[in-house]
Amino acid sequence: MQRNHNHTTICKIEKVIDETPTVRTLVFSDDIMSNVLPGQFAMVWIPGINELPMSVMISRETGKAAFTVRKHGPASTGLFNLKEGQQLGIRGPYGNSFDLKQGKLLLVGGGTGLVPMMRLLTFVKPTDDVTLLIGAKTKDEVFFENLANNLLKNNPHSVIVTTDDGSYGEKGFVTDMVEKLINQSKFEGVYTCGPEKMMFKTVQLAHSKGLFVQASLERMMKCGVGICGSCCVGEDLVCKDGTIFDGDHLLSNKEFGYFYRNKAGILENY
Amino acid sequence: MLASGILGISLDVFNRIYRSGAGAVVTKSLSKEPWEGYPNPTIFSVGGGGWINAVGLSNPGAPNFAKMIENNKDVPIIVSLVGSIPEDFEFMINEFANCAVTGYELNLSCPHVAKVGLEVGDDPELVKKIVSTVKKSTKVPVIAKVGLGTTNYLDTVGIAIDSGIDAITAINTVRAMAVDVDTQQPILSNKFGGLSGTPIKPIALRCVYEISSKYDIPIIGCGGISTWEDAVEFFLAGASAIQIGSAVGDRWVDVFNEINNGILQYMEKKGISRIEEMVGLAKKS
Repeated sequence: MQRNHNHTTICKIEKVIDETPTVRTLVFSDDIMSNVLPGQFAMVWIPGINELPMSVMISRETGKAAFTVRKHGPASTGLFNLKEGQQLGIRGPYGNSFDLKQGKLLLVGGGTGLVPMMRLLTFVKPTDDVTLLIGAKTKDEVFFENLANNLLKNNPHSVIVTTDDGSYGEKGFVTDMVEKLINQSKFEGVYTCGPEKMMFKTVQLAHSKGLFVQASLERMMKCGVGICGSCCVGEDLVCKDGTIFDGDHLLSNKEFGYFYRNKAGILENY
Repeated sequence: MLASGILGISLDVFNRIYRSGAGAVVTKSLSKEPWEGYPNPTIFSVGGGGWINAVGLSNPGAPNFAKMIENNKDVPIIVSLVGSIPEDFEFMINEFANCAVTGYELNLSCPHVAKVGLEVGDDPELVKKIVSTVKKSTKVPVIAKVGLGTTNYLDTVGIAIDSGIDAITAINTVRAMAVDVDTQQPILSNKFGGLSGTPIKPIALRCVYEISSKYDIPIIGCGGISTWEDAVEFFLAGASAIQIGSAVGDRWVDVFNEINNGILQYMEKKGISRIEEMVGLAKKS
């Protein structure tokens, strides 16, 4: 019988990978999640604790998928603390996926926003020339650099890390590097996921050069299926219309880059 | 129209729903103060178009919400209110003094939050006081949304009518729960929630039929409507208007025009020129 994607399926965590002191990747077996499109997400239930939307991380093994989580609030810390053998519930996949162009591509990820970027890398053609920017505050928070180089080993590529404090890679904000690169060459597609201010700047920069750019947005999400309305950004629902939006659409949305809604639905400033 | 609790926290979204074919939108139920609602999981799919939710009436609070819709001129907005005592409702209606409000819907039937909703609806004295107070506080139509609690809902409807209510929305979600067999625990953080969607349609239809058989009051049918056939069934059972809720999740905003077009085609085929002509026809047989 075909699985109802809205129904919670229980999976067992098979492996826990420490990426940084605050970021872990939890690997589990699930055929459907192993094949999701780049940018799609699942609602992940941590039994007895909470449920939260998570972009589906790749696993290098067939039939497996993963979630990469940074411990932050009670829900993400609950997920972070799960051990091998413990269970979690998943429903989905939900949301749209990146419209992947061919040729010279620029990917810009910050923090766990790198997750959809990693999956995107598994979809590029061998002829694509891929530049991945990884933005982090400091050296301790850099992860996925080796994985990205590995995934791109058959492509013309470069993986550039920036740290705000200069403790690793290039010193400065990742968006400074975006500016430098798009002034140097023309990209067929720019894709970004991470902190909203980073995405906002990246979208603005790419858009000003007339480049095709897409960003994957994050908002407070309760249902994930277009019922509760918690994740609205202007007239768009992140769960149903996104999470991926075209840059020109985003720049016409007066909330993007400036406001998010809290649990009660009140607009707050970024 | 869009049912309460669905999507209703941003004016931009209301505009979109209205453009998509809804005749009006009902807001999320608003309280005096902002409410965060329950932690996730707040929703669970039971399959077959059915959902159990315990979002917990999260909302920005009536004052914030009133500010947001202050400049609305285009969308007919029905403001849903939730509270424990008549003064709560009076306070909130005053907050909307400068807003274009098409009507108020009193939530007397949310099945998963203490001290409000169904706990109020199950108390005949309180229903009487709240409806009378609200009627004195505003000139726009006031609707009572009823549900299945411990008091016979038909008695609640009767009391609301005696207290001056203008219309009834029937029904709210039905108190329900889900347990996960693997982890052997309730799934929703609140344990109990409200069942909505296709599984409750026959129950809602029965309620509309019973209310329209017993009382002479406009009824807004609500509960599991996802197709034009469902909508027509509710009209035939005695509803003058209908609300769409859970179906928005499955069919997204296109659901409104799909249902509108289906109703229009049905009316053409049956030689019906106005919806009023088919309201309650099923009671004649």
